[in-house]
Amino acid sequence: MATQVVMPKLSPTMEEGQLARWLKKEGDKVSMGEPLAEIDTDKATMEMQSLGNGVLRKILIQEGESAPLGQIIAIIGEPDEDISALLAQAQSGASASSDKASSKAAPEEADAGEAPSAAQQEASGGEAPEPSSGNGAGARQDGSADGGRLVVSPIAARMAAEAGINLRSLTGSGPSGRIIKRDIEEAIKAVGAQAKEAPARSLRAVEPTTPAQQPEITGASPYRDEPMSEMRRVIARRLVTSIGPIPHFFLTTEIEMDNVAEMRASIKALDPELKISVNDIIIKVAAAALIEHPQVNASFQEKTIRYYERADIGVAVAIEDGLITPVIRSADRKSLSQIAAEVRELAERARSRRLKPEEYTGATFSISNLGMFGITEFTAVINPPEAAILAVGEMKPVPVVRNGQVVTRQIMRVTMSCDHRVIDGATGAQFLQTFKRILENPLYLIV
Amino acid sequence: MAVITIREALNQALAEEMRRDENVFLMGEEVAAYQGAYKVTKGLLQEFGEKRVIDTPIVELGFAGLGVGAAMAGLRPVVEFMTFNFSILATDQIINSAAKMLYMSGGQFNIPIVFRGPNGSAFQVSSQHSQALESWYAYFPGIKVVMPSTAADAKGLLKSAIRDDNPVIFMEQERMYGNKGEVPEDEDFTIPLGVADIKREGKDATIVARSLMVPVALKAAEELEKQDVSCEVIDPRTIRPLDIETIINSVKKTNRLVIAEESHPFCGVAAEISAEVMERAFDYLDAPVRRVTGADVPMPYAKNLENLAIPGVKQIVDAVREVAYI
Amino acid sequence: MSKQAKPSPSRAQAEDANAAGVLDREVAEEASQSQLEQEHEARKEEQKNRVEEVDRDLLLNLLYQMILIRRFEEKCAESYSLGKIGGFCHLYIGQEAVAVGAISAIEKDDYVLTSYREHGQALAKGVSADEIMAELYGKAGGCSSGKGGSMHLFDRDVNFLGGHAIVGGQIPLATGVAFAAKYRGTDRVALCFFGEAAVNQGAFHESLNLAQLWKIPCIYICENNQYGMGTALKRAMSLQDVWQKACSYEVMSEVVDGMDLLAVREAVLRAVERGRKESLPTFLEIRTYRFMGHSMSDPGNYRTRAEIEKYQERDPVKLFTASLKEQGIIDDAGVQEIESRVREEVERSVRFAEESPEPDPKELYTHVYKEQ
Ligand SMILES: Cc1ncc(C[n+]2csc(CCOP(=O)(O)OP(=O)(O)O)c2C)c(N)n1
Ligand SMILES: [Mg+2]
Repeated sequence: MATQVVMPKLSPTMEEGQLARWLKKEGDKVSMGEPLAEIDTDKATMEMQSLGNGVLRKILIQEGESAPLGQIIAIIGEPDEDISALLAQAQSGASASSDKASSKAAPEEADAGEAPSAAQQEASGGEAPEPSSGNGAGARQDGSADGGRLVVSPIAARMAAEAGINLRSLTGSGPSGRIIKRDIEEAIKAVGAQAKEAPARSLRAVEPTTPAQQPEITGASPYRDEPMSEMRRVIARRLVTSIGPIPHFFLTTEIEMDNVAEMRASIKALDPELKISVNDIIIKVAAAALIEHPQVNASFQEKTIRYYERADIGVAVAIEDGLITPVIRSADRKSLSQIAAEVRELAERARSRRLKPEEYTGATFSISNLGMFGITEFTAVINPPEAAILAVGEMKPVPVVRNGQVVTRQIMRVTMSCDHRVIDGATGAQFLQTFKRILENPLYLIV
Repeated sequence: MAVITIREALNQALAEEMRRDENVFLMGEEVAAYQGAYKVTKGLLQEFGEKRVIDTPIVELGFAGLGVGAAMAGLRPVVEFMTFNFSILATDQIINSAAKMLYMSGGQFNIPIVFRGPNGSAFQVSSQHSQALESWYAYFPGIKVVMPSTAADAKGLLKSAIRDDNPVIFMEQERMYGNKGEVPEDEDFTIPLGVADIKREGKDATIVARSLMVPVALKAAEELEKQDVSCEVIDPRTIRPLDIETIINSVKKTNRLVIAEESHPFCGVAAEISAEVMERAFDYLDAPVRRVTGADVPMPYAKNLENLAIPGVKQIVDAVREVAYI
Repeated sequence: MSKQAKPSPSRAQAEDANAAGVLDREVAEEASQSQLEQEHEARKEEQKNRVEEVDRDLLLNLLYQMILIRRFEEKCAESYSLGKIGGFCHLYIGQEAVAVGAISAIEKDDYVLTSYREHGQALAKGVSADEIMAELYGKAGGCSSGKGGSMHLFDRDVNFLGGHAIVGGQIPLATGVAFAAKYRGTDRVALCFFGEAAVNQGAFHESLNLAQLWKIPCIYICENNQYGMGTALKRAMSLQDVWQKACSYEVMSEVVDGMDLLAVREAVLRAVERGRKESLPTFLEIRTYRFMGHSMSDPGNYRTRAEIEKYQERDPVKLFTASLKEQGIIDDAGVQEIESRVREEVERSVRFAEESPEPDPKELYTHVYKEQ
């Protein structure tokens, strides 16, 4: 049976794709899963795989041409199969599917054509980064679960959410590491006992793990959804009616960056090969502060507020005709050198438009730095569903008064845009305090 | 309260309801002269005479249909199947006539009939004589399905079934006819259909069991008590309408559910309960719902194989330990 | 076109007490008792003459089978009471002439299907006594691997297609088996045994209609032992001349004396010929009597001792032995010799059953589906 190849949905926001390059020509044999073409989407250039076996009988759009989602762009069939009916359908009714941008409109084969993108979308965690979804979310962080999934009984998940216990911190005692009610009960007891030591905890959380210990982290952060209080709901509703769908407010602070600068210098002295930018340090510190202030590492979900367990930082990267934010997953747990390497690598691929959707979606917080353009202070627009974005300005020497003396200090101004439905002024301010404290004393990172 | 067997309790219920209402009559194979293949109808011919206690030929489809017709015309037949295995021949009349009559007549003809007899496993009678058919009948809207497990329940539920204005499938269990229990002597003692009974309270796991599996589940609960696991045993007593609330509430308390049944697992009542619990109490579960069922094979004759095919105390204990993670 | 070869002998008149329930059983009984005696006398003469026409070895073989079934069943009763056999166990004692006579009239590759009261037919069809006993014991060596038990003996090797435990259930099956024999172009026939109570079931009527309509060579043998469990025929059937039922479907039918082995054999031979030559069904009402209860757990309160004794006078095993003796085909010593061979075979079957292992527990899950 001949198969129609349709323009697949390759990113969460894609509505149309441009055929960058055919990887097969008419008459070539293709088999299921083989790359067929490269497609430029609004975000990246992606490979499209074949969903049928046979011969690429007909190519219907040429390199450089665009097609809406679901439009038939090629036909795969047996070498001698009669495809005239399919061809006619494609040519006359190429719009059969193209008149509707959504996947629903496409014929059966078109649905099949979209299957992988649906899976990718899920994996990319755009909307619903369930722990169980696709290749993404299941960080093998705790080793307690099979195939990297967090296995937890429903009642245990609920109790943990209510008690504010991070499931990832537990080892399940049920079959194949399932976290069960008993484990939560024990954890609640343990937390009660530890309550006094609480302040220390936050710093421990920012300790970098050595690469050997560190399992690979991909996909979106796991999270817990907590029911929204009535007051929070009213605040949300009222604020939305006052400014746009996301009620922004802005908090600005000045940070002395002398110690950071010094630290960079020492690192460089240590190993000239290690190229760590101020921005890399900001990423790491922001992540550490987020772990300490989970209220900011959150998103608004209509009926619930979603609190993420990891600090996955989106880093805005300017590219030729726009902007993309590759994500550094679990930035708080990564060493500066790891972050630096990752940022460099992602940015490079972003510029050549070779990021995969799961690499640029599902951040829990974003940072935009325009310091290199000489911008001293600006506000950034939140990237939903994240609840905040930090706009980082230029670091430059400024005369300041310290102990009655005028001295120069490296000052950097940051402005955080907050989603007021999730974050209040005070919670945002507290986050910035922590952020500032660590940046001004980067030794906190290793204490 | 008197202590009597389930057989006697059923016999009393029949006699009392026949005394109470002239329109109640009894019909089936060997119910009269022979006094009942399982002696449930003992003495009824003598008390009520041949008009009301009627031996039928071996014509299950015929007398089931005749009963449905009699019910359309105002009588309240109690039809005995020598065993429910033979009701399979009568399913056309039960399902296509009795279950649907009220609906398809736009509410004009209700069918107040009881089909009763032993259901489930007997002793070493192989595949055609040892099967539990409740999920068949419970599948159909328009029929009620009742399965008592104690003498008191047998009596109270059978009386309600006879008074009910709908077709009721009343399933006894051949292995249980001799089981004894306390039964109120009050002639007005009835138990409403559709209400589950908590046969034992507990907090760590819920066991839902019916019919033959109730005494087995209670034994398992005793065993588990010794291992410090406290089980709640719920007997739904009526399969349709099912008292799912009682089960859900118990699961919300214990967070663990084991369902025991002697029927085959596929498309069974346990599967239904488990789906309901998943839909309505998912967030309360600490472990997957576990079914303990009869083997998914026709019943074998050989004693050793038969024992393997019917769930026992050990299987229930093991299942509870599994969901309680011990 | 069909006719009744032998109309019912005179039984009807006495039975105006027909519809009577068990309460006036005695009245009805007296009437049928005297009628019985007349019938018995009439049959004796006929029976004598038949022996002469049959081959001597065959006659001795048939006698062996009659005695084998009798002793086998007696052994079953004993083993059942010892708890070695479980479930329901329906004995054939009193009806031996039907199985032996009927099955002697067919070939090895003709088919037999019957009810739960099938030990006798199984033995007569050539299922080994060892395997039958092992089946009753629920052992792996049983003819149904211990899974079927007393009511479900099967043996593909001798075309014994089963004991079936739903009253009337085997009748459409046998019709289908005979249909297949014809379809495949063979001249095989199927013998289908069932009790008189099964004739009331819809399955019987539906089958006979199809068999005549489609010319299916199935031979329907109704073993009229006058009771379906505790219910006398007259309490369960409006028209009690069972053979007449076949008339509704234009199926050829006969009434046969089931205590007379050779009479049964002759009737079945005729039916077989009709089946093979014309591909037509036949219905035989074979009047017999069971001397034991319906099953081993039958209280037996629905008939009198006197009635049973009356029929025991025409015990088919005794009658057949006597007529062979009368014709000088066998003497007492010969009978003793058969008895001792039979005893050996029965004892051996018990040993075989005892020694056969229980089915392996994993057998619980085999045979649910046929592996491809
Ligand atoms: C459909 C069905 N109904 C009821 C029974 C229970 N039962 C088993 S044998 C029997 C009597 C059958 O009598 P009959 O057909 O005359 O055969 P017999 O036992 O006399 O050989 C009954 C009622 C059954 N096995 N199947
Ligand atoms: Mg009979």
